[in-house]
Amino acid sequence: MVAVLFTITLVASAGVGGVNMITADAIAEAKKLAVTQAVKNVLPEFDRSEMTELTVDEIPVKVYTAVAGDEVAGYAVESMTKMGFGGAIRMMVGFSPEGEVLNVNVLEQSETPGLGTKMCDEGNALIGSVQGKNPADMKLKVKKDGGDVDALTAATISSRAYVDAVARAYAAFASVSGKGSADGVTGATNGDDDSWKGGKDE
Amino acid sequence: MNKLQIILKGIVRENPTFVLILGMCPTLGTTTSAINGCGMGVATMAVLIMSNLVISLIKNFIPDKVRIPAFIVVIASFVTIIQMLMQAFVPALYASLGVFIPLIVVNCIILGRAEAFASKNGPLDSILDGVGIGLGFTLSLTVIGAVREVLGSGAIFDMPLGIGDYTPLVFVLAPGGFFVLGYLMILFNKFAKK
Repeated sequence: MVAVLFTITLVASAGVGGVNMITADAIAEAKKLAVTQAVKNVLPEFDRSEMTELTVDEIPVKVYTAVAGDEVAGYAVESMTKMGFGGAIRMMVGFSPEGEVLNVNVLEQSETPGLGTKMCDEGNALIGSVQGKNPADMKLKVKKDGGDVDALTAATISSRAYVDAVARAYAAFASVSGKGSADGVTGATNGDDDSWKGGKDE
Repeated sequence: MNKLQIILKGIVRENPTFVLILGMCPTLGTTTSAINGCGMGVATMAVLIMSNLVISLIKNFIPDKVRIPAFIVVIASFVTIIQMLMQAFVPALYASLGVFIPLIVVNCIILGRAEAFASKNGPLDSILDGVGIGLGFTLSLTVIGAVREVLGSGAIFDMPLGIGDYTPLVFVLAPGGFFVLGYLMILFNKFAKK
């Protein structure tokens, strides 16, 4: 009985290990590609980018500084919040070198389908309120809380979380670019080894 | 029982969702859209076919006392393999199905078929049973997903139908899942019994 169970677990773990060896590279590749794609989606064309990791209010944030030629083309900030209705929300926020929000791309969320998930739709109220604006010139809060951001209908909690993540992204941007105020940012580390080529087709 | 009947009974007479009423947790959880339901069904079918095959092959070596742990090890291995393959090659679908993929391990359909069919029948019949039950599960989930998607978000297979502003949202939420499942179950049993 013990021998049979042992044999079964041995064969099973060997099988799982084998498949893991085949897929580990592909999984890492797919994850990297997803990040590259997310950075490209929120920024104008660039040649290469460099990653900086820092912590804003105890939440890790990654800033990708995109460079085209010798000039900074923009900053893509991978931000997140834990205030979502269904848990954490991760997003990529693109900033121009001056701090204007170029685009916001929600990478991961578990909000209520049809309500909070509208934050992923193109041209929703939230992105409409922040796109093309500099967070330094506006009150980055939903209107219910006295700010300038239109909330999604019937999804105030999701909207607050969204704004929270954008604000965190802006704080990280401010810290990396040296523009604007950076509250609660600590521990910037340069992740040079993690930089990759992106933008134009290689 | 001929081979075609084994497949057909999984789709109609022993349909896992509408007749056997097994695997309700992933059914309600993943059918917010037709694509998600279909993806979950296919992933479950893949695990079911492989676990049925392996269990029918090793059934004579497994002592009766430890058959459940042995089945679970086989099923869990296949689920882990499917999970890694999906993560590597269809990351978008994997992201949208999320926690429900690892939960296939505890899906009662899989253990149920291992216990009720694969441990008593030969490898070929067990594969066919996996195909039949898997297809039944996939079709049911796709239909539930499609109905909920049309009624709740005014789209089908992610294609908007232009009625998105007038659809009652409740159908993509949990209560709507129960409504749709219940009414489809009534309809299915009314027609399948004939």
